[in-house]
Amino acid sequence: MSDLSLHPAATGAAAAHGGSANHFYLTHEHHPENGTLLGFWLYLMSDCLIFAVLFACYGVLGRSYAAGPSGAELFELPLVAVNTAMLLLSSITYGFAMLEMQRRRKGAVLMWLFITGLFGAAFLGIELYEFAHLIHEGAGPQRSAFLSSFFTLVGTHGLHVTFGMVWLITLMVQVSKYGLIPANRRRLMCLSMFWHFLDVVWIGVFTFVYLMGVLP
Amino acid sequence: MSGHVNDPHAHGHDGHHGHDDEHGDSGMHATFRGYMTGFILSVILTAIPFALVMGKVFDKSSTTAMVILALGAVQIVVHMIYFLHMDAKSEGGWNMLALIFTLVLVVITLTGSLWVMYHLNHNMMPGMITPGEARIAP
Repeated sequence: MSDLSLHPAATGAAAAHGGSANHFYLTHEHHPENGTLLGFWLYLMSDCLIFAVLFACYGVLGRSYAAGPSGAELFELPLVAVNTAMLLLSSITYGFAMLEMQRRRKGAVLMWLFITGLFGAAFLGIELYEFAHLIHEGAGPQRSAFLSSFFTLVGTHGLHVTFGMVWLITLMVQVSKYGLIPANRRRLMCLSMFWHFLDVVWIGVFTFVYLMGVLP
Repeated sequence: MSGHVNDPHAHGHDGHHGHDDEHGDSGMHATFRGYMTGFILSVILTAIPFALVMGKVFDKSSTTAMVILALGAVQIVVHMIYFLHMDAKSEGGWNMLALIFTLVLVVITLTGSLWVMYHLNHNMMPGMITPGEARIAP
């Protein structure tokens, strides 16, 4: 972040002259400030490709039941609807945490992060219950290609949420200890992108896997 | 940071938060209104597909599949705009460029895999090769 120290001089010069050289200088210098967010976005895009491959895998194998149970027999849509609601609610509460962060209200940020964590935990709890239920019924990942791809796709998403929770708890400790310092705000924004991104992936999961899976 | 003075993103947002050390936040345009709009749209766009499938509204599966896929796509766009704050200007357009590039790859991966594997399954069916298909096959 040593580039930041160059800023005042460069800004003054650009405001005065507005030459193309200065302009180039400014865009270049502006970069490090947002470098983290752009970099994190690129990470999310690469993550998106992982999910695209897993979706493609499920799309190819999703109807290969190997004489085992089908999606229509296994999926409980009310449970999936509750799960979807949990994740959507956790998204909006994280949004509220970000709004409070902009107002620099540490206590409110921590409270909303905590509520987000509760919704995230509820989501994970329901998903683990569903997995345990499926495995108990003999519909584990080794049963058929359909179930292998299902567990891989949904399990990968669940792992992402799990690590998001670890990150969330870490940030709650960080914020309560050091307050809303710039470093913590940057981290909160990265987690915000991560968390909303997981919700976007879940849209694909509940549409493509669950809802289309139960269609005759 | 005084670098903000010349930051195109900063204009019009200074009214929101009168801070001058917002440099890290310039990618964010979060407002309560935006989040609530996104949330309500998401709830509607989630409820409709579940209702369509659970209520068995359409007779044909393919119709239902098309409708819920379209609604899912719309909801993803809603999330991108209202929750992830995507627009053509964030990060000087690099965010959008990366997204478009990723979307191209995702579309190629998905449609390519499904297309190839579907035809592979079809053409590998024993006893189902008609003279017409046999001619096409090398």
